[in-house]
Amino acid sequence: MNRRDLLVIGAGPAGMAAAAKAVKLGLTVTVLDEQPRAGGQIYRDVERAAKARGAMLGKDYVYGASLAAEMRESEIEYLSGSIVWAIEDGFRVSYTRDGSGAQIEADRILLATGALERPMPLPGWTLPGVMTAGAGQILLKQSGVLARRAVLVGTGPLLYLIAAQMVRAGTPPLALVETQTRSDFIRATRHLGGALRGWRYLAKGLTMLAAIQRAGVPRFTGATDISVEGQDRAEAVVFTCAGREHRIECDTVFLHHGVVPNVQAARSLDIPHEWRADQACFVPQLDGWGESPVAGVFIAGDGAGIGGAKVAEIAGRLAVLKIAEAAGRLSVKERDQRAAPLRRMIRRELAARPFLDLAYPPFAGALAPVDETIICRCEEVTAGDIRSAAKLGCLGPNQAKSFSRAGMGPCQGRYCGLTVTTLLAGANGQTADQTGYYRIRPPLKPVTLGELAAMSVTEPVGKE
Amino acid sequence: MKTASPFLELDSVERVELSFNGELLHLPDGSNLAAALLASGVDAFRKTPVSGAPRAPFCMMGACFDCLVEIDGVVQQACMLEVRAGLEIMSPDTTGAFDEPA
Ligand SMILES: Cc1cc2nc3c(=O)[nH]c(=O)nc-3n(C[C@H](O)[C@H](O)[C@H](O)COP(=O)(O)OP(=O)(O)OC[C@H]3O[C@@H](n4cnc5c(N)ncnc54)[C@H](O)[C@@H]3O)c2cc1C
Ligand code: FES
Repeated sequence: MNRRDLLVIGAGPAGMAAAAKAVKLGLTVTVLDEQPRAGGQIYRDVERAAKARGAMLGKDYVYGASLAAEMRESEIEYLSGSIVWAIEDGFRVSYTRDGSGAQIEADRILLATGALERPMPLPGWTLPGVMTAGAGQILLKQSGVLARRAVLVGTGPLLYLIAAQMVRAGTPPLALVETQTRSDFIRATRHLGGALRGWRYLAKGLTMLAAIQRAGVPRFTGATDISVEGQDRAEAVVFTCAGREHRIECDTVFLHHGVVPNVQAARSLDIPHEWRADQACFVPQLDGWGESPVAGVFIAGDGAGIGGAKVAEIAGRLAVLKIAEAAGRLSVKERDQRAAPLRRMIRRELAARPFLDLAYPPFAGALAPVDETIICRCEEVTAGDIRSAAKLGCLGPNQAKSFSRAGMGPCQGRYCGLTVTTLLAGANGQTADQTGYYRIRPPLKPVTLGELAAMSVTEPVGKE
Repeated sequence: MKTASPFLELDSVERVELSFNGELLHLPDGSNLAAALLASGVDAFRKTPVSGAPRAPFCMMGACFDCLVEIDGVVQQACMLEVRAGLEIMSPDTTGAFDEPA
């Protein structure tokens, strides 16, 4: 079997930058990504889309093409369309590509699997026509498909980014229904110093807001009691703002209140996670290089904690320095020397984060939804079901799963896990760390018998 | 099926013929299948096994499984597939096909 020095899972900024760096340092590298083309979420399909609509998507997006080109031009084995579903000790990674299963072995693994949209359960969020804002962006980047009559709901810079892109494309959203309040902003001002050090992010935000305003897009802030109405599809967004109820008719609703680390692969390896209160999510335990307590498994990018595309790229390179040192390609001294400027860059890029996290906190009404709200989309379990499970003595998500079926469906808890943890913690008066998260077991994605049958099973090399 | 799509398509790519629940559609060759179905005006991709509620793509990144369709007897995520001529796409009716991942 093919054995590599390093296997990278994910071809977003973290994975692409790490792979290119690793090859330069003399390592043999394979990159697996389930998408048909490199780029990850931010630079989705960048080599094609930058040509077709770079101006609309903006400079930050087009930048990703250089990372993709660097990866393509070097001696990296990049296997696009490869869905990783199991990582075993040693390491042996199983994936599906073109309908058949395959395996690859590597000395070290870098998980660069990025982020997911933070689940935003609201009444009506399962209706056709309701999508994540990230999905709206993917439609635009990858397919050039734009929603004609969309309302953007939630909070945060990414909401402004997609609004600005829609304005540039000539189909501005009907409205922005934002959940952050003035007091969030006032609370955030104690981090204004950091925000000013990260002024580039602020300047970008203000430019986007100005463009949205110029296009005449109505903005409602401090919205509460948000729901989506419709019979068989989304027909309107209903919410309260400054004591008044509003109803905006639309065809499409894009939801967003932040992104959270995609922890599926890390959890399947039993890497311990801890709750980060400032980002309201679990993050894996890592050392200063991104190595987890499972020796040889590294995590870089948004999967390690939300830092954005630039931090992801630099963190990927940083992790590779320790990987190269462990593989004997760098001395400890060389490693540390090269790491110092990278660490400085990461600190600078993260300077605006504390301000942004406080100014655009997750929507409270979606962290603890009203009882009738479906929180597990797959099994249609409601917030009330989880609260009842807590009353029956459920302390953690795995127990709640067997009581309610929440998390049993194909998405394996990706869009209900954090909600279930938060609901149980609230109902039981416990912390998120005490409450814990779903136990994730392979396969990370469903595998069909046909794919397994087509798998070429070879004896692993270098094992007894 | 609606006559006017809630979505606008910017690219003009050569279209190929395929079918969704028996209805013939002409979609841009090689484009993302979920995006192309949405743009052609398909509202609901499937009904849930639990309550029969209609569902359509939610995440477009292979994470939510709301875009499931059945092609050649295999239930798959439309947002992870590309448009090809001749695809016969059905809404999956296999109750709980993915109940316990294999
Ligand atoms: C939908 C979405 C849209 C976003 N858009 C923007 C944006 O426009 N601007 C911005 O600044 N930030 C955006 N973000 C935030 C984004 O997380 C970061 O900016 C950046 O993409 C993080 O880079 P990364 O390398 O950590 O991960 P990503 O770029 O997310 O890349 C992770 C890659 O891992 C792959 N992967 C995951 N699991 C598996 C598996 N099991 N098998 C194989 N491959 C796998 C994915 O296909 C993906 O390509 C977005 C986030 C999301 C979720
Ligand atoms: S739309 Fe979420 S998996 Fe396809």
